Amino acid sequence: MRVTRTAKAGTLESNDIFIMVSPSEAEGVNLELQSIVLAQFGRQIRDTILRTVAARGVTQVSIMAQDRGALDYTIEARVETALDRALAEPGVIL
Amino acid sequence: MKRLRRTMLFVPGNNPGMIQSASVLGADCVILDLEDAVSLIEKDSARKLVTKALRSWSFKSTEVTVRINPITTVYGPLDLEAMLEVQPDILLIPKAEVASIQEVESRISAFEAARGGETVRTKLFALIESAAGVEYVHEILESSPRLEGVLFGGEDYTSDMGVARTMGGMEIEYARNKVAVACKVHGVDAVDTPFTDVDNHEGLLADARKAKAMGFTGKAAINPRQVGIIHKGFAPDPVEVRYALRVLEAMEEAEAEGKGVFSLDGKMVDAPIIQRARQMVALAEKLGMVKASNVSREGGLV
Repeated sequence: MRVTRTAKAGTLESNDIFIMVSPSEAEGVNLELQSIVLAQFGRQIRDTILRTVAARGVTQVSIMAQDRGALDYTIEARVETALDRALAEPGVIL
Repeated sequence: MKRLRRTMLFVPGNNPGMIQSASVLGADCVILDLEDAVSLIEKDSARKLVTKALRSWSFKSTEVTVRINPITTVYGPLDLEAMLEVQPDILLIPKAEVASIQEVESRISAFEAARGGETVRTKLFALIESAAGVEYVHEILESSPRLEGVLFGGEDYTSDMGVARTMGGMEIEYARNKVAVACKVHGVDAVDTPFTDVDNHEGLLADARKAKAMGFTGKAAINPRQVGIIHKGFAPDPVEVRYALRVLEAMEEAEAEGKGVFSLDGKMVDAPIIQRARQMVALAEKLGMVKASNVSREGGLV
């Protein structure tokens, strides 16, 4: 499944993560991650984002993630929300 | 003894940091709020975050309530559906009237039936915040066997009545009394409206004591700093606890001597006084004011 619209979720507050998903020209998941804990948890955050995207069945998307120390469940929630918003039919209330 | 609900602390449902720290703020119960604390464009985001938190995060011994949006809005049924998948301890149903509670009850029953009769563990609290809600509080409490209490919302209630909200609270006195008495009749908790001036600690303490005197079992909080003050307001008076311990001691002695009726300090002690003493000591035990193991023999406060 391809993302064809840009959508956002989350904030830049502590313990949160801001996610923006947008259409990608190339097949695959193009992830750009910034985090205040990149050195310690970068790989784990990246894995959580990619796992959540895969579980949603999305195979072609660009993702920009700005992490402020979010826990795994918050990362999952924000990625799912951004994808749901991007993939929703117009007019559907989420 | 039933679970203590002296404080129910509102926590915004779309704030990960506050959700994470909800269980260390000292409240008996936290309310993860999907309604007023969340803007219309973030309803989906908050619902998802709260769902994930309830699946993965430990709130330790803190009871977790979720306030869903009114069931008459487009968001209410979506919230309810999502929450039934993760089943928090309590769902707080806003704008509670007979029809809205019946609607929620019917949707939960349908969910149970669709799952082969598996019982939903979540209990309900009715947020009574309208003139009709107050007037029909008994009928509301009869609308669902899952109801464990009422939270009275004074701000929306006074708005519905078209009257000003004041520090003295005269305008909500009738509603508070009616809700507290109705909850007692139905054997459920009555939780008082929040005190909205978060910097007025003396006012909050006085208001909490007033609510306790009216028969409320707890009070809602909108700021973590209010929790300790409300607990102080709802704590039993040590003098009353000592008297209750002496009543139970005298009762034991009277029983040992085969007396049906006895007196203490020159006053006859009858069944209602004994019952109140038992409730008082049970609460004091729960709050660590007396040692549970030797209450009746030593009768000492911790």
